[in-house]
Amino acid sequence: MLQALNLSCYRDERVLFKDLTFTLSAGEIMQIEGENGAGKTTLLRLLTGLSRPEEGSILWKDCSIRKPCEGWPQQMIYLAHLPGIKQVLTAYENLRFYHPNATREAIYQALEEVELTGYEDTPVANFSAGQQRRVALARLWLTDATLWILDEPLTAIDKWGVKKLNEKFTEHLAQQGIIVLTTHQDLPASTQPIRKLRLSGEVE
Amino acid sequence: MQRILLRELKIAFRHRAEVINPLWFFLIIVTLFPLGIGPESTLLARIAPGIVWVAALLASLLGLERMFRDDYLDGSLEQLLLLPTPLPMVVLAKVFAHWLTSGLPLIILSPLASLFLSLNFTGWWGLVLTLLLGTLTFSFLGAIGVALTVGLRRGGVLLSLLVLPLAIPILIFASSAVDAASQDLAISGYLAILAAMLVVSVVLAPFAIAAALRVSLQ
Repeated sequence: MLQALNLSCYRDERVLFKDLTFTLSAGEIMQIEGENGAGKTTLLRLLTGLSRPEEGSILWKDCSIRKPCEGWPQQMIYLAHLPGIKQVLTAYENLRFYHPNATREAIYQALEEVELTGYEDTPVANFSAGQQRRVALARLWLTDATLWILDEPLTAIDKWGVKKLNEKFTEHLAQQGIIVLTTHQDLPASTQPIRKLRLSGEVE
Repeated sequence: MQRILLRELKIAFRHRAEVINPLWFFLIIVTLFPLGIGPESTLLARIAPGIVWVAALLASLLGLERMFRDDYLDGSLEQLLLLPTPLPMVVLAKVFAHWLTSGLPLIILSPLASLFLSLNFTGWWGLVLTLLLGTLTFSFLGAIGVALTVGLRRGGVLLSLLVLPLAIPILIFASSAVDAASQDLAISGYLAILAAMLVVSVVLAPFAIAAALRVSLQ
């Protein structure tokens, strides 16, 4: 469903990646690996359409994401390194903005999943780094997007949270979802085989 | 769109200091002139249109960066770009919300400013009408500048250099209109030109702002 064709990206005369081609179909998870500065976030931003590749193209259901495509960007959720969570708004208000159609119960449920019960109406500014991260991650329980693009989702999350998140990934993949993520930590072993893409390396 | 408007107003309401500071700035500039020049009311009334308008522009400029800077820093801007709503519409809602918390309060403060500068009633009414048209236009023009400089670390000075020259036509027509109004002359011609500038900027600026944001976030 998601295809990257001959992607090339240069940063100040330096080649980050060249002729990168891969296809992800329903139910697949891909982990992008690489050292700091290898271009992991750059690649994710290309996949979301926020930046344009120097060469190559990205297709979602055989339609280039540069053109207006059916279901794009609604079928995609991108959680960036910066969480996009407003400090002065409460956890509930933040989630409500991104998911206007979700019911009140659904949002409370999502916050419960990330262990923020009792903090629904607290301004996010009073949260710790990990808790702020969890507010952003709670969106995964609310979204009906097929394609999840996650930049370092495990940063500042404790062991229990990683386990919970991994269960959510497994559930999403079972529902024919697609996940692309970057992480420095190893994901816990699960039933799904994880495809790995090593930047400045080859696709496995 | 309504959702964005409400969210922006809520954020502005909780960041009250950032909204109120430019308004204090406006009032202080306006009060400094009578103190510096002396309380001679004919002289003050003569220069009042220019003073109020320059003060209004500087105060608007002060609050302009608030429009996209915080969103850029916390990652909300990227998420706004990925919303299903077309970006020019998102931008339109954001600029309008910003004007409600920056331009509109200036209009509310205008009776006080007129009082300090001995502007008569018709002059004040002219000021209200020109502020209504002019500050909204300035918000749209300024948003283009903010969108272009949002990715720069010290964009503040560059922003004022970019945006203030664009505001010169607004300043010329608005202050002439207030001047004419205070002498009981017709100002519909000036207002028509200000309204034309507003219409052009409302129609075209959102596309320019959207394009500038995409470039800034590239």
